[in-house]
Amino acid sequence: MSRLAGLRGGLVLLLGVSTLAVAQSSAERAIVVASKPFGESFLLAEMFAQLLEARHFTVDRRLGLGATEIAFKALRTDAIDVYPEYTGTGLLAILGERPSSDPRQVFRQVTREFRERYGVRWLPPLGFQNTYAIAVRRETARQLNLATLSDLARVSRSLRAGLTPDFIGRADGLPGLEKAYGIRFGSVRALLAAVKYQALAAGEVEVIDGYSTDGFIARYDLVVLEDDQHFFPPYEAAALVSPAFQRNSPAAVAALTELSGLLTEADMRRLNRRIEVDGIPVPRVAAAALLSLGLTRFQHAGSRPAREASGTGVFPYLWNQRSTILSLTLRHLLLVGVSLAGAIAVALPLGLALERSRRAAESVIRGVGLLQTLPSIALLAFMIPLLGIGVIPALVALFLYSLYPILRNTYTGVRDAAPEAVGAAWALGMTPGQVLRYVRLPLAAPVIMAGIRTAAVINVGTATLAAFIGAGGLGDPIAAGLALSDTRMILSGALPAALLALLVDGVLGASERFVAPDR
Amino acid sequence: MLQAERVSKHYGHVLALDTVSIDVGRAECVALIGESGSGKTTLLRCFNRLVDPDHGRVLVDGVDAAKVDPIALRRRIGYVPQDGGLLPHWRVHRNVELVPWLRGVHNRGELAVRALALVGLDPAALADRWPRELSGGQRQRVAVARALAASPDIILLDEPFGALDAITRGDLQVVFDGIRRELRVTAVLVTHDLNEAFLLADRIVVLRQGRVEQTASPRELREAPATEYVRQLLRRARVVA
Repeated sequence: MSRLAGLRGGLVLLLGVSTLAVAQSSAERAIVVASKPFGESFLLAEMFAQLLEARHFTVDRRLGLGATEIAFKALRTDAIDVYPEYTGTGLLAILGERPSSDPRQVFRQVTREFRERYGVRWLPPLGFQNTYAIAVRRETARQLNLATLSDLARVSRSLRAGLTPDFIGRADGLPGLEKAYGIRFGSVRALLAAVKYQALAAGEVEVIDGYSTDGFIARYDLVVLEDDQHFFPPYEAAALVSPAFQRNSPAAVAALTELSGLLTEADMRRLNRRIEVDGIPVPRVAAAALLSLGLTRFQHAGSRPAREASGTGVFPYLWNQRSTILSLTLRHLLLVGVSLAGAIAVALPLGLALERSRRAAESVIRGVGLLQTLPSIALLAFMIPLLGIGVIPALVALFLYSLYPILRNTYTGVRDAAPEAVGAAWALGMTPGQVLRYVRLPLAAPVIMAGIRTAAVINVGTATLAAFIGAGGLGDPIAAGLALSDTRMILSGALPAALLALLVDGVLGASERFVAPDR
Repeated sequence: MLQAERVSKHYGHVLALDTVSIDVGRAECVALIGESGSGKTTLLRCFNRLVDPDHGRVLVDGVDAAKVDPIALRRRIGYVPQDGGLLPHWRVHRNVELVPWLRGVHNRGELAVRALALVGLDPAALADRWPRELSGGQRQRVAVARALAASPDIILLDEPFGALDAITRGDLQVVFDGIRRELRVTAVLVTHDLNEAFLLADRIVVLRQGRVEQTASPRELREAPATEYVRQLLRRARVVA
């Protein structure tokens, strides 16, 4: 454990030079408030954060963590302190228990099991339920005479469904629905939350899964089909708090319980609508909500610049966000730069070493290549118990993804470098070290540089996923924008990331001239 | 100057050299001739320890080569491969300075200029060129200059002129023959061209499947081929009718 801490310390030291943000997060222990990547989760987490700040606690926001898997793993291992979760998700997705339709019984069960298994505590529910809502267009409902899920089962074979990947896989999602109602869709397409509603409105699919508190259901005038068999378990929202947070900050935990029981479903639909449909920034909506609930006395001064009201174009928006974009870009560059430097420091010598033991080379390189095939979210989730969340695991993941192109090109480049020149260098009395330094390496330099360029460009893209484990960078506005269906926000991350990829490729391309094979 | 005593070398199951013995006198030029796979290049490479024999021993200037540091040995012996083997990322003068540089000689620039002049190249015009800017014949001349720059006593040549057109090859053969005689360098020349062997060598060793078929002076070889194989070889090269 102390070795890990040392490793972490060393890496943080390495980063310290170019970023203040890292230094901040590793300074005094703030309360880490996190959320999952969808609008309501952002909103609830922001309300937790502002409530804590109003009670004079220091807060570190890590909003939009990958998904249930990543957020919960981070909480269980004390990498974050609190995030909003739903009892039904806890019961089915985390505990893997059978569904139950009694909210009280579910809350009792998750409270007990989470305490016993993980030492994690559910605070008393916030007051509203947000269950899955199977929705169709109003005209579809009329034509097919649909009011309930049992009605849907009759005609499901002729319908196309667009469902979130999460829903397709989980026991309380599509598989359970198929079993409980005998629903079999003609086709099922996996769609992210951000495009689901547009796809339904455009007639690409006839059925989607939503949340009962979604602001979009009203906006697109959708019909939510009644769960007449009471299949979906109750999804009561509540704050989930980590073991260390309970032990160390009882006063802060008590402050969070002030929200318990105060939010109704009607409240949430209204708040979600303001965020998702009206495009009002989450911090502002959260501040107004806390104020109207009587939990804060004056409008909390948000710690981040307010988003411009909707209606302005993409470019004015980007211009307004320029300082945020700049700092996110710097963080992104830091993630890419440090992980790439680490990958070069490992893959280059390894490639040279393998050139000397060619029998082992192919299997080692293929092994490293296998890392490339790991889904990034799975790799990130896997590392949370070891490295927590934030910059460190993101760097490690990016490092691992950068190894292969550099290793492969170094090995191949050095192996295949002008064999006749290498042969002559040997025959005239160069030592192995001299052959490497004066002949093989300079001749392989363009190929090695090509590998580094490939790794760098891939890295710029992959680093956007760092947002899912709270490492920041240009993935933050992309993830948040996807969650809130805010195109301008998505572009404020995606455009700089694309430019950064071009820039990095260009700079490395230009630097090839300096390593070009002459003296 | 150079001796191979009952040298054998296997590559897996293939016997590349089978108890071969040859003797090269000081300032003598010996040509190793044979078809592909006859073992002539393997034998050449035993002299600068690019190949270490399985059995037998190799003597360089009376000393067992196996007991000498191979790096130091190679720096004492000039080497010209078939394709020149110039380092493409070094200019001509740096290529020619290579061995003096490895040996830590101070006036390597001077030595390079002298070596270039020796092979008939104008140092002022060519020293700063890249190898890719030279013709095939010029490249091969640079390779010879590089092999001679540190004034070695011994030079090994592995089909040095094989890839050149006939006219250029003829020119280079004449140039090389002159230099060798003038500097009194001991030379071992691998070639599959019997005419080249007759032109350049004092003695010719005919190898066949890893064995010595005949060792003789050009005249002896022509007048008294030891075996039917040698006779056929001569006939094919139109050395005899």
